[in-house]
Amino acid sequence: MKVLVTVKRVIDYNVKVRVKSDNSGVDLNNVKMAMNPFCEIAVEEAIRLKEAGIATEVVAVSVGEKSCQEQLRTALALGADRAIHVEAEQELESLNVAKLLAKVVEAEQPGIVILGKQAIDTDNNQTGQMLSALTGMAQGTFASNIEIKDDKALVTREVDGGLQTIELAMPIIATTDLRLNEPRYASLPNIMKAKRKPLETKTVEELGVTIKEHTKLLSVTPPEERQAGIKVADVAELVDKLKNEAKVIG
Amino acid sequence: MNSYKHPYKDVDFVIRHLLNFDAFCEQNKIADMNSDFTAVILAEAAKFATHQLDPLNQKGDLEHPILKDGKVIETPQFAAAYQEYVAQGWASLSASEEYGGQGLANLLSVACNEIWQSANMAFSLCPLLGQGAITAIERHGSEYLKEQYLAKLISGEWTGTMNLTEAAAGTDLAAIKTQAVYDDGQYKISGQKIFITWGDHQMAENIVHLVLARLPDAPAGMKGISLFVVPKYLANEQGEYNIENDVRCLSLEHKLGIHGSPTCVMSYGDNDGAIGYLVGEEHCGIRYMFSMMNHARQGVGVQGLGVSERAYQAALDYACERIQGSDKAGNALKIVQFGDVRRMLMAMKSGAEAMRALCYYAGLEADREQASNSSDEKAQFAAQTAFLTPVVKGWSTELTQEMVSFAMQVHGGAGYIEETGVAQYVRDARILTIYEGTTGIQALDFTQRKTLLDNAAQAQVMMEKIAQTCALNELDENVKKALNSALADAKQGVEYLLENPSQASFVANYYLQMWGYTIAGWLMAKAHLAATKELQIGAGDNDYLTTKQVSCEFYCEHFLVRTQACLASIRAGGDSVMSLTEEQFFSHVN
Repeated sequence: MKVLVTVKRVIDYNVKVRVKSDNSGVDLNNVKMAMNPFCEIAVEEAIRLKEAGIATEVVAVSVGEKSCQEQLRTALALGADRAIHVEAEQELESLNVAKLLAKVVEAEQPGIVILGKQAIDTDNNQTGQMLSALTGMAQGTFASNIEIKDDKALVTREVDGGLQTIELAMPIIATTDLRLNEPRYASLPNIMKAKRKPLETKTVEELGVTIKEHTKLLSVTPPEERQAGIKVADVAELVDKLKNEAKVIG
Repeated sequence: MNSYKHPYKDVDFVIRHLLNFDAFCEQNKIADMNSDFTAVILAEAAKFATHQLDPLNQKGDLEHPILKDGKVIETPQFAAAYQEYVAQGWASLSASEEYGGQGLANLLSVACNEIWQSANMAFSLCPLLGQGAITAIERHGSEYLKEQYLAKLISGEWTGTMNLTEAAAGTDLAAIKTQAVYDDGQYKISGQKIFITWGDHQMAENIVHLVLARLPDAPAGMKGISLFVVPKYLANEQGEYNIENDVRCLSLEHKLGIHGSPTCVMSYGDNDGAIGYLVGEEHCGIRYMFSMMNHARQGVGVQGLGVSERAYQAALDYACERIQGSDKAGNALKIVQFGDVRRMLMAMKSGAEAMRALCYYAGLEADREQASNSSDEKAQFAAQTAFLTPVVKGWSTELTQEMVSFAMQVHGGAGYIEETGVAQYVRDARILTIYEGTTGIQALDFTQRKTLLDNAAQAQVMMEKIAQTCALNELDENVKKALNSALADAKQGVEYLLENPSQASFVANYYLQMWGYTIAGWLMAKAHLAATKELQIGAGDNDYLTTKQVSCEFYCEHFLVRTQACLASIRAGGDSVMSLTEEQFFSHVN
């Protein structure tokens, strides 16, 4: 069985994010970039499936500009066997990414596609679900455990207030939640080996997808800075302020 | 406490633009290696260090190793971190591929070492020493020793120690008393060694001690000392290393810093003698030790860089958070807004960057030596490396004391309280000017062996390199002025030394520091040039590059000028240093 695992290049989670002065987006100029943490979990799960003898090949795929090959190399260093880079210069909305991924799925015929449940830059949480709809594959989202048994997959999902375990018919789409696993570090010998692993580039045209944007980003604003507190004279004033200024009590 | 962040932009700038590592790789046909790939490797090393080693740094300080039933039990969680370090292959970075190493450039090993030392100096001493054992066996050991020990040392499954010092033989190794006798086909070692870093622990299956000892027929002094491999566990007939050798840790030292690193008193041969294996030939031990000295001493210089960078990061975060006072409009001020705090932050920033430039430059010189095919060229690179070694060690680690002290100063009273963690950096860093040859020894080595012995030939080579940079039209005028002035000081310092060799020991430290500021100043000037060039090309990170220019300018104004004071003290010679009698030193109390 082949595992397809998706990797997104995002702003490093340690970086203090700055919004561009014209509010057109987050400033990504010369900022440290890294693999989306949920994607790291996805890669780890794919490698574990291979180590457990369930998967035979792990293919990492990323959609984006040329620099996302860095993150694909990281996936290769972590243990993926080969990588596919779908070149796209402009930032794509989730549906377009899902359509491109669907084409890759069609070509690769994986038994399982593992995606991060969301990316920490846009927090959309929809590419996996869209890919499921486009491919007609069953979906197990927010997975905290994945078990493959023959032609069935048991996926434990993190839902509000508890866990839900579902049985899916293979092939499946799974999206990872934080508790699925703890990603490993790339070892030095594997980093060296990753240089020689195949990394194939495909264009949007080659995949035959027409990019159509359905949403337009109007503005990005940073959260308001926290204001200094004030001292109130008595309980009556506190209640008054909560009622009339903060409007948190009726 | 904040967490360690790899200064990847500065590291990348030094490797890519200052040292032009890509050109080096291309010229020497080093396949698959360049600045881009170096950045990938360092990013992974940094990830591991930030998440696994840095969080254990304070733990090592608080939960010292203990000696229990003759065994040293290291700080909790250190063993797991060490095993992970080994599993990830970091121990094998620069060792030869023949024995399972990755055979990567020394420059990479320097850059990784900075990361380990920044994150956790006490922990990282263990693999640093293993490196010494590897080099000794690789260069001088018999085929048998290589076969038995190298692969396991390189992988890190076994660790190594260096056993030189004895109670009466510190700086003066000629006084070594540990004995080796050849008995029944094997060498047996007996004696006591002190200050043995990571002399015992439970993190690895075996510990390979490299021990200096004297054979019965040995000539007196330095030329009578031999080097032995003494493993903690010996092999049984099946080749399994599980027979306890006659070696044990007698006690652990109580130290000012690097608490996480057990400093052992080691006893060899309490019973029938510890079985040892001769490295190379008899009586040549000191020569072998010297052959590892450049690497070991430069490694300590890099420790200085590592802890300076780490302490700077702690101070910077604190200065940007701590609020004290307010401006006229009543806005609260962060202490980073105060002039003197700024001065200290700039000094730490610029100082760490200068150390990095020097350490990495010297590291690449060793690669150039290794890569060269011409014996003349090889000899020249070797001589430059030898010239730079005492500077890397003696200058960087002395400047480190100032850096960590600034980091504490920025924290104010809170810094003196252990909780902030910055006090640990001050305590840990203090050993750096002492072990692996004190600054005094580095200064003597630099004046006697590296300047007077070759009639300042290598100093001359360095001065010419600096003069070439000074002659470049594109060099910023102020930087050029400062560098020219320092170069003139260095020239006069060399002249003074050559004319007054009898004064060498009195002026040695000033001479060494003067050269340190000058060479690092030269590299900062080159960095200024490179940053300016990159800014003109316009494809780089303007914010970083402009910052780099300012940092270089600060260096010229605040550090490079110190050569003037050094030169003045050099010229004063030894008169006031030596004129008192011993009794006169007590004249204020007697």
